[in-house]
Amino acid sequence: MLLIRCPYCEEERPELEFRNAGEAHIARSTNMAGESDDDFEKFFFIRSNPKGVIYERWRHMHGCARFFNAVRDTVTDKFIMTYKAGEPKPSKLPKNSNEVVAK
Amino acid sequence: MAKAAAKTNASAMPSTAERRPALAGRSVSATGVKLEITPPAERISLRAPEASLAALSKALGVTLPTKPKTSATKAGRTALWLGPDEWLIIDEAGKDPLADCAKVAALHSAVGISHRNVAFSVTGPAAAAAINGGCPQDLSLEVFPVGAASRTILGKSEIVLLRSGPDAFRVECWRSFSDYVFTLLSEAASDAAA
Ligand SMILES: [Zn+2]
Repeated sequence: MLLIRCPYCEEERPELEFRNAGEAHIARSTNMAGESDDDFEKFFFIRSNPKGVIYERWRHMHGCARFFNAVRDTVTDKFIMTYKAGEPKPSKLPKNSNEVVAK
Repeated sequence: MAKAAAKTNASAMPSTAERRPALAGRSVSATGVKLEITPPAERISLRAPEASLAALSKALGVTLPTKPKTSATKAGRTALWLGPDEWLIIDEAGKDPLADCAKVAALHSAVGISHRNVAFSVTGPAAAAAINGGCPQDLSLEVFPVGAASRTILGKSEIVLLRSGPDAFRVECWRSFSDYVFTLLSEAASDAAA
């Protein structure tokens, strides 16, 4: 079983307590009515689906119930780091993904 | 015809409604584990921002914990940290925490959930092993010490787990899940004993 670090509970908890909530850092347009159909399609349906590092929203559903963000490798399924919702996308990732990342 | 039926029903109705707690009186004893239903208690679900915590703690008579996975108990009343702005308050002394919160002017949301939950006590040297039969958290005393509290899962049901002693846990679950939780814990208790 994977252990996922919840930034609100400040510890690693079993994956069964969590739910994936899709790709993170997708900003909703401030002028939705002015969006072209193509731009809306990109915002609403198109996801990057990379092979490798992905930035995702996760929810500690059966724990503190909070949403947070996680950086995960889709090849190894390894969680590289997690951070609170609303915090900026990290510009630099920790070198050793086995390390517990300090906030 | 309809009149007669109504009359029969009326005479069959007891004069007062009888409240029957879910699973009342059921218990299971296995080697090293005892599983019992706890007596009814008053409970509220409390949501509040940091600025309201001092006033709410004062009104409730117990300091709301702000550290994850912790609880605080005073005079039969326990406050369990569930999330950064969420607590479960359990009162086993028969006093109403909802009424205490109603006097607080500071912003908060308090919802009475006394009858939404059913609680079990799981005690004995194999209590942690029995709960681990369905709960994936590390329940060693170093990681989940006495007083530790957490919302988590037990099999397919969400529970709130509180460690009340080295060999004693309180398991809170939703009433409609109580039969499932009791049955799973019973099976896990006999497995833990084996
Ligand atoms: Zn959490």
